[in-house]
Amino acid sequence: MDNNTIICRCSDLSLQDIRDLINDGYTSLEEIKRISRAGMGPCQGRTCSQLILREISRITGKDIHDLQPCTNRPPTMGIKLKTIADGRESND
Amino acid sequence: MKYTDLAIIGGGPAGLCSAISAASSGAKVLLIDRNEKLGGQLIKQTHMFFGSEKQYASKRGFNISEILLDKLNDYKENVEILNNTTVLGLYEDGVITATKDEKYVKIKPKATIIATGASEKVLAFPNNDLPGIYGAGAVQTLMNVYGIRPGKKVLMIGAGNIGLIVSYQLMQAGVEVVGIIDAAPKIGGYLVHASKVRRMGVPILTRYTVKEAIGNDTLEKVVISKLDENWNPIEGTEEVIETDVMCISVGLSPLAELLQQAGCKMMYVPELGGIAPLRNENYETTVDSIFVAGDVAGVEEASSAMVEGYLTGLCAAEKIGFKHENYLELKKDYRNQLEALRSGPVGTKIRSGINKVMGV
Repeated sequence: MDNNTIICRCSDLSLQDIRDLINDGYTSLEEIKRISRAGMGPCQGRTCSQLILREISRITGKDIHDLQPCTNRPPTMGIKLKTIADGRESND
Repeated sequence: MKYTDLAIIGGGPAGLCSAISAASSGAKVLLIDRNEKLGGQLIKQTHMFFGSEKQYASKRGFNISEILLDKLNDYKENVEILNNTTVLGLYEDGVITATKDEKYVKIKPKATIIATGASEKVLAFPNNDLPGIYGAGAVQTLMNVYGIRPGKKVLMIGAGNIGLIVSYQLMQAGVEVVGIIDAAPKIGGYLVHASKVRRMGVPILTRYTVKEAIGNDTLEKVVISKLDENWNPIEGTEEVIETDVMCISVGLSPLAELLQQAGCKMMYVPELGGIAPLRNENYETTVDSIFVAGDVAGVEEASSAMVEGYLTGLCAAEKIGFKHENYLELKKDYRNQLEALRSGPVGTKIRSGINKVMGV
């Protein structure tokens, strides 16, 4: 497969970028996220994470079942800080 | 902070049925959905459903969502609907944050049912980001909800039920379907759907995959290639197909991010579509008072999502002190319906996946 294939659209990472990271020793989704921002864009990993997991599994020989998903934190989508700040009125 | 007995996140078949079930048990229900119109994927299903009468067989999907909304209306004194509302977070203390009309909303329920459904899987191939390449579900939404044709010609990737049904609906909308390909050696969907599109002259090629997409500004051509028994492309078998639209229909994964945020234990279960929550027989996850129903608990079909919804709504309401007068009888009925839906060879995969998340 052409290594310019886009894996993470949000942060513009290609299959080659992901393979290079895995070969450099970043062999978990969490590490790849932290070093490359894959999974931190608008899609929050909904598109790229399954593709990256498959690639880690292929290169390291580990079963996908044994790979850890990355940490998932709120918010699920972009929100303005102003909206959150204005929401303080509903605190009790 | 907004307080309620039960919050239900997602107003598709599972969420609507959960709401009916919990509200009829006497619980105050807050049903949250990000869309204007409730019904989830049902509102774009123009085909008739299979299954048995209890799951509205021979009715069209969009009619089923109207039936469910009518049923929910019978308990309107117990139901509040927050539509156009996207849930942003589910925290360890059970607080839900959401946004509606650019406002930040905080909700504290006694229990929560997550019924967020699933998302479409993608494929990696060169130029997979060209305009004209869609998920099959997205195309179905464009056509059947917004009345927009996606293009002139379509190549469908995936011969499961969604791929077959969307192909048929594309033809109904006057779009040419140039072919359906699938990497598996056999057609995954029901043969009745496959026969229908075959009769209309659409070739279905099994053991084929996408090698690459070609186009300048938008999709112009797709190169497909045959696969050997080990799923590797066979050189020299490439074919070029001219098309302006390609639909990807290679399965769904549970949309489980809120469960992960809340700290529910998850497991990779390929039979259920991906990372799925561990749960007990009442559909409660490993986090107290967080329940699941429908595709987010494991990808199946709308009919099982509805029955799971009824069952989970019943159990979640009972957990917080609202026991339906026919609790045991209803519970038994829903369990039997689910068992029937998952019986036989078709249900083998689902049964194996469910055993894993239940720790059997």
